[in-house]
Amino acid sequence: MTDLRYSKDHEYVALDGDLATLGISDYAQSQLGDIVFIELPEVGKKVAKGKEIAVIESVKAASEVYSPVSGEVVEVNPELGEAPALVNDDPLGRGWLIKVRVSDPGECASLMDDAAYSSFLKTI
Amino acid sequence: MRYHPLSEADRNAMLATIGVSSIEALYADAPRATLLETPLDLPSGKSELDVERFFARLAARNMPASRAPFFVGAGAYKHHIPASVDHLIQRSEFLTSYTPYQPEISQGTLQYLFEFQTQVALLTGMEVANASMYDGSTATAEAVLMAHRVTKRRKALLSGGLHPHYAEVVRTISRLAEDEVETMAPDIGAAEDLVARIDDTLSCVVVQTPDFFGNLRDLTKIAEACHRNGALLIAVFTEAVSLGLLKSPGAMGADIVVGEGQSIGNSLNFGGPYVGLFATRHEFLRQMPGRLAGESVDADGRRSYVLTLSTREQHIRRDKATSNICTNSGLCALAFTIHLTLLGEAGLTRLARINHANAVLLAQMLKDVPKAEVLNETFFNEFTLRVEGDAAALVEKMAARGVLAGVPVSRLLPRAGLDDLLLVATTEVNTQEDRDAFVAALKESL
Amino acid sequence: MLDRPAVVEPLDDDKTPATFTGNRGLDQEEPLIFEIGRLDATGVDIDDPAPIATRLGALERNAPIGLPGLTEPETMRHYVRLSRKNYSIDAGLYPLGSCTMKHNPRSNEKIARFEGFADLHPLQPQSTAQGALELMQILADWLMTLTNMQAVAMSPKAGAHGELCGMMAIKSAIAARGESATRNVVLIPQSAHGTNPATAALLGFSVRVVPAAADGTVRAEAVKEALAPDVAAIMLTNPNTCGLFEREIVDIADAMHEAGGYFYCDGANFNAIAGVARPGDFGIDAMHINLHKTFSTPHGGGGPGAGPVVLSERLAPFAPVPFIRRNGDALELVEAAEGTQSFGRLTAFHGQMGMFVRALAYMLAHGADGVAQASKDAVLSANYVRASLRDVMTQPFGDRICMHEVLFDDAWLRGTGVTTLDFAKAMIDEGYHPMTIYFPLVVHGAMLIEPTESESKASLDLFIATLRDLARSAKAGEVARFGPAPRLAPRRRVDEALAARKPVLRWTPAAA
Repeated sequence: MTDLRYSKDHEYVALDGDLATLGISDYAQSQLGDIVFIELPEVGKKVAKGKEIAVIESVKAASEVYSPVSGEVVEVNPELGEAPALVNDDPLGRGWLIKVRVSDPGECASLMDDAAYSSFLKTI
Repeated sequence: MRYHPLSEADRNAMLATIGVSSIEALYADAPRATLLETPLDLPSGKSELDVERFFARLAARNMPASRAPFFVGAGAYKHHIPASVDHLIQRSEFLTSYTPYQPEISQGTLQYLFEFQTQVALLTGMEVANASMYDGSTATAEAVLMAHRVTKRRKALLSGGLHPHYAEVVRTISRLAEDEVETMAPDIGAAEDLVARIDDTLSCVVVQTPDFFGNLRDLTKIAEACHRNGALLIAVFTEAVSLGLLKSPGAMGADIVVGEGQSIGNSLNFGGPYVGLFATRHEFLRQMPGRLAGESVDADGRRSYVLTLSTREQHIRRDKATSNICTNSGLCALAFTIHLTLLGEAGLTRLARINHANAVLLAQMLKDVPKAEVLNETFFNEFTLRVEGDAAALVEKMAARGVLAGVPVSRLLPRAGLDDLLLVATTEVNTQEDRDAFVAALKESL
Repeated sequence: MLDRPAVVEPLDDDKTPATFTGNRGLDQEEPLIFEIGRLDATGVDIDDPAPIATRLGALERNAPIGLPGLTEPETMRHYVRLSRKNYSIDAGLYPLGSCTMKHNPRSNEKIARFEGFADLHPLQPQSTAQGALELMQILADWLMTLTNMQAVAMSPKAGAHGELCGMMAIKSAIAARGESATRNVVLIPQSAHGTNPATAALLGFSVRVVPAAADGTVRAEAVKEALAPDVAAIMLTNPNTCGLFEREIVDIADAMHEAGGYFYCDGANFNAIAGVARPGDFGIDAMHINLHKTFSTPHGGGGPGAGPVVLSERLAPFAPVPFIRRNGDALELVEAAEGTQSFGRLTAFHGQMGMFVRALAYMLAHGADGVAQASKDAVLSANYVRASLRDVMTQPFGDRICMHEVLFDDAWLRGTGVTTLDFAKAMIDEGYHPMTIYFPLVVHGAMLIEPTESESKASLDLFIATLRDLARSAKAGEVARFGPAPRLAPRRRVDEALAARKPVLRWTPAAA
């Protein structure tokens, strides 16, 4: 897996060529608590940076996930329907949300790397 | 004041603890000019005895259903309610508890809601039901909004047999939410061709059975046409007892079933509170409005119930909620579920049969009345009577003779040219003497 | 952010003692009706129907429904056993902030069951229901007098339905001015009830959030900054959900009107000011009144409620049907919107008559003075709780006077290992229903306490002493009192994640 890049809304992107894997950070899953349901977009949906692409529900909260990149959804995690808890257990691995064919890989430049995200978390 | 436990001495001691000199000082944040200096022009408090006297005088100016041969329906029905129902719903633990947000000390409410949801699902032939809505009309409007969310279309088609108040509620909310509604003309004989009107722009078709005019409708073909076009069929009922004798809307292909549950366990109450029933298919669960009780386990592994899927609801989802509903009809749902438990399948079936039989008997007697004609081919416990002259005037005349004869269609559909139609409902409470009185008063009044 | 509920194993020394039945003395287990009922059992004896030729066409049911029945004694036992698993106002202090769990007089229940009210059909001739119409008219007059408003829509079924009514009237008034296309934003503070943004969104408005000042109230300045020609209305709760009086409410109303917008007041907390101040004097245009809060109609485990909406002169013409009109000596219901400016119909029939009877009985018992006294005692009791707990718990907006409810946050619990949820669950073991927790959302770990005017000083004192002891315990690190709580209730903590991940919403036969 390539390096992870994070947004201020706690989404991450793992970019491999023009294919981005999107998910939420470990911090985000820990704040949400037990995740019970995830509403994912349909394959083929066009997404724009900063727009809502998914909704993650815990028992008492529903949080929108905003896309950190623009492009087209090419795959959604098929396991999450039956096992939403994967996002709690392994957010950066099996708990990924969607894969996007990005239209502008340069968009990732504005996202934080691991170190920057770690220091960002300290400011919250 | 008998409801206020604090004494003057208590109040003074409490003010001392707070550190202010008077209760008025606690209102210091309110703009001075808005605080009332003199009491409002309203009566002073009354004893319990005087309050009861006051209401007894008002009540005496009404003519209750139990005091007259009674044939009024059109969406609310007079049935006998076993005494145990009203006793049980007045248990403090049911009457004076809040929404069961703390499941550890609300299992009573949660379990009866779970049982209620199961009963409603069985009765309607659907997979899931919610924990109740305000009433049948608002449940219908919520069903239309839900169909819009499911289909991502925003146009509803309403049958001409839908209760006119229900249709108005749907039209009002749709107009203000900027959704489209098409309403068929009043359909006295269930003759409208809905199938021909269904296309792929519709989110839903709303059909009532037994309909407003009493006709029974087979929904099968309408359901097929809806499904061919990607629309949902919303089936509506206003007389829940009919489900004891009729094919369920679910069995006929409905996608959402909504209706009024007042008939089972709840008094007429001059129109409210009633209880809206709402059921659908499992696949649409997350688009459903209203509260849901679900099964789980507690920390000791014991079966427990808890409000669930609340992320659909306003207190969490706010402007993205499936509905703005918060308070529902919990206690009316309790009355419904207790009465239905007392009836059971055997009792409900029998109750439905006697309702139908009484209506058939009355319809037969009316064959011999000149200037009056039963229009229905089919009906459950209510039918449409065409009379010579104005049905509203007839009802007043019959009321003067001590018979509450029914609902003139013109009361709900004014200016529709249906002034000669009278809806007549009859239930298990009607006796042969009542039917004789009806026919006699009708003959005298026509 | 919400705290994660901990699922905790029972401690060895307090494991529930096993019994053969699973019962624990008076705490009795009860199966589902589907497990104890029979398809052929019934608790209602019904005569044989007369032999007739049916008129059901081909639509008679031909398969069983599957509904179990119970005889009357079995039914009584089932529901009495269920009832004993519930907390209730009658059994104890119920300090749910924002919910107003006050005493529900039984005289109201008795009167609502008079056959002249309970056994009255909504569509029987109006000439045979004049007493009912007069009752509605008297209640309407009380509501208009208490609020100094010019009209009232009686039909809304609950608070949220009332909000819908008020916002529909506002949308209609805007349409009548020809401004539908341009005015489509509603201002709502972050602390608002969830029903406010849900209602606005339902009607196609977009929501613009108004920030609150550091003291927990909304400044007129902040409203003015959010105001623009696209603003249709503001939805503001007063007293607000933090239990505070909106000090600048009059200026906010003026600013809204100057900008051509309307002021919807969420009246959920009217019980703090009824008889003391009139919302009409603040300059509001519409407000719903939860009869099940301010006027004591029972909450019934989640309903039914009633939410009449008082309206200003500007909105009155748009009120929904039906409404009552005097016609000579008689009262009549205007039931058709045609030919009026009414926005239409919100529900079948005329509203929650059963709740009208109870609310009016409460009002008549109190009188104008009594209503004011109820409000004042509610505010006094909340402040007494605040003053008695302020040294051990923390208030998010400083130590300031509150209205009928007092809001604490969880700053005082930081580092104790005890969360707001744990604290609430420990209250259950002490025999109390918890306060409202995690609402309003703007306050971390919120605990919103509304004692109401129905509690004696002795009751308040014991409640305060209990909370002080729990607070001491939490700070002393006695986590065993909190994490595993409740231990003494009919159930311990329920796994909400399981319920939501694999929803089981109805009983199904074991074989299926």
